Amino acid sequence: MSLVATQELLKIENLVLHFKTTKGVVQAVDGVDFELGTNRAVVILGESGCGKTSLSKALLRLLPRNVDKYSGKVLLQGTDVMELDEEEYRQNVRWVSMSLVPQAAMNSLNPVLKVGEQVAEPAILHLGLSKDEALGLVYKMFQHVGVPLDFVERYPFELSGGMRQRVALAMALVTSPSLIVLDEPTSALDLLTQANIMNVLKRIKHELGTSFILITHDIATSSELADEVAIMYAGQIVETGDAKDFFPAPLHPYAQMLMASVPRLRSDADPIFINGQPPSLMNPPTGCRFAARCPFRFEKCSEEPPVFRKGNRKVKCWLHN
Amino acid sequence: MIHTTELKEAMRMSTKIQAQREVLLSIRDLHVWYELRRFGFSHIGYVKAVDGVSFEMAQGETVAVVGESGCGKSSLMKTILGINIPTRGELIFEGKNLSKLAGSDLRDYRFDIGYVQQDPYGALPPFMSVQQILEEPLLVSGVKDKEKRMERIHKTMTEVKLHPVEDFLHKFPHMLSGGQQQRVVIARAMILEPKMIVADEPVSMLDASVRVEILKLLRSLQEQHRLSVIYITHDLSTVKYFSERIFVMYAGNLVEKAETRRLLTNPLHPYTLALLAATSDPDAGNADDFKEVPPGEPPSLVNPPKGCRFHPRCAKAIAGLCDEKEPVDFEPEPGHFVACWLYQKESP
Ligand SMILES: Nc1ncnc2c1ncn2[C@@H]1O[C@H](COP(=O)(O)OP(=O)(O)OP(=O)(O)O)[C@@H](O)[C@H]1O
Ligand SMILES: Nc1ncnc2c1ncn2[C@@H]1O[C@H](COP(=O)(O)OP(=O)(O)OP(=O)(O)O)[C@@H](O)[C@H]1O
Ligand code: SF4
Ligand code: SF4
Ligand SMILES: [Mg+2]
Ligand SMILES: [Mg+2]
Repeated sequence: MSLVATQELLKIENLVLHFKTTKGVVQAVDGVDFELGTNRAVVILGESGCGKTSLSKALLRLLPRNVDKYSGKVLLQGTDVMELDEEEYRQNVRWVSMSLVPQAAMNSLNPVLKVGEQVAEPAILHLGLSKDEALGLVYKMFQHVGVPLDFVERYPFELSGGMRQRVALAMALVTSPSLIVLDEPTSALDLLTQANIMNVLKRIKHELGTSFILITHDIATSSELADEVAIMYAGQIVETGDAKDFFPAPLHPYAQMLMASVPRLRSDADPIFINGQPPSLMNPPTGCRFAARCPFRFEKCSEEPPVFRKGNRKVKCWLHN
Repeated sequence: MIHTTELKEAMRMSTKIQAQREVLLSIRDLHVWYELRRFGFSHIGYVKAVDGVSFEMAQGETVAVVGESGCGKSSLMKTILGINIPTRGELIFEGKNLSKLAGSDLRDYRFDIGYVQQDPYGALPPFMSVQQILEEPLLVSGVKDKEKRMERIHKTMTEVKLHPVEDFLHKFPHMLSGGQQQRVVIARAMILEPKMIVADEPVSMLDASVRVEILKLLRSLQEQHRLSVIYITHDLSTVKYFSERIFVMYAGNLVEKAETRRLLTNPLHPYTLALLAATSDPDAGNADDFKEVPPGEPPSLVNPPKGCRFHPRCAKAIAGLCDEKEPVDFEPEPGHFVACWLYQKESP
């Protein structure tokens, strides 16, 4: 048992993040469970608005003011970090063991600070390093992510989008966290730049043993890093499993249709689309949240399906009862 | 490269068919340069966004222009739409030279080409209802009869599947999903019954399943109305569902032009090969190895590299040639054009 415990880096149980709005409560993250091993990458795939960015905020406890409910367990190397107070969390968790590359990070660098200083900052603030020590680390990180070393002296506007995204990645890496959460790290980038960034992530995973949670709607690109896949729909995870099992044969009807909607360069299969739209997260349906769009719907589906296990895989659908 | 005679014959036939179709748009040696001025007056150079582009398009033909950010795709399209004025070169639409059009002829030309913008969220005026958005072009083009206008609006909205029409007419853009907004953008482009549609990254901001829905809609409109369509994208995996030919653009030039199947099965230009290699299909096993990506980034369009613009990144560059002389278009197989010195000998 203890062996399993050391292999496991992260375990999330029933994570909930709801927002208050004038129109009602938005159930953006609604009972999310998944696990992640050391030096593994899970991709969380889902369409716009399903709660991916909210999940990243819940994981890093970067909460907006209008939180209605924030609960669940986030076990990081066995410790439930949800139990820590903000000071402990800041000292031991955020940046130190887990860091975030937020959505559109490359456009949120500070325009008036040299990029070298920006990358050094987390190391100074969170590891208590001196400026020189931190700069030494910056050079190392620039090597890992493929930014020319003399760029430390440059300002963000002097860098291309791809280079700025690498800088954002270096900033997340500089404190040597065991886990990095990446929110749409390639979606605003060009094809060749995307391929480059995915190469960089693979290299970091090999060289530094980092684990990743990659959050994206870009299914094809995500397959470049995925050891495991989690499919998110309307605030919930509806399927998880090994990438090697998932990609050839997804189990959940939504996952199957989502995969079938991806156009492929190397096959002539005609992509399909899913009729209708995801439900509102304000008043999600009581039964299966995909029911209104599901071609396999039957009576049982008006009740919320539990998570069924199939070997190493998990699927939240009555068909797999 | 080995081709069976059969294949060559098929190619010749298809070029013949293309030649028989009536030419709608013909672009010759088009240049679109933006002047760069320091503090608004002293001239410091040009951004050569489109730098010597030529092609022809037939009535009813669909073409995809593929290339990375900043290579000049939108500049080329804005010139076709009559928004940009060419620095040099010619644009001939239905036999008429665009630069000679003026007044109502120019206005009519603009009505003949519908535009589907890059970003649906920014393309629609937030304070106008769907009805007002669709009515505006009709008013501008002089459809005075209200009943006629409403008839056209109903017809077009039904075609883009915004139905029941009454449910959508009075909605404002923010009340619509991304996919529905893009349908409104398409309806606006279609409302004057254009001969040609320019769709600039029409689906890049949308979710996977909505993307397919919108691309299929565009395809069916194209077939139904025998529209010519220029589809601009950076996503090679969607082009084969949509276009008969592909043009690959790099740093202001079209570096490869071919029939879609040919380009995907027999890509020739090193840049095209790099784009194809970088395109992933969603398969397990991708994570096991690294992708080959050419080093560096696309060049500045103010001072592009001498010779072939791809040469600083090209593993096959021929020293003394590629870095000196700009390659011209070679045609190693009929209808397949490539601007690369590697194909100099193979050309007939
Ligand atoms: N602070 C907030 N207050 C109220 N609602 C919010 C807040 N943040 C997000 N939401 C809502 O929660 C839902 C999930 O949003 P989220 O940004 O997590 O989605 P996403 O999956 O990241 O989408 P995208 O792919 O577009 O980035 C959306 O309906 C969004 O409008
Ligand atoms: N009005 C302008 N004045 C000066 N430079 C411009 C202007 N419009 C575009 N450019 C420049 O011309 C080049 C080509 O731009 P263009 O918008 O045509 O590229 P694109 O291929 O459409 O890119 P994207 O994929 O990002 O939309 C870029 O370097 C751009 O910065
Ligand atoms: S639970 Fe029912 S409605 Fe939901 S995905 Fe499964 S079969 Fe479809
Ligand atoms: S012309 Fe030369 S440098 Fe340019 S793509 Fe061909 S081989 Fe490469
Ligand atoms: Mg998001
Ligand atoms: Mg553009």
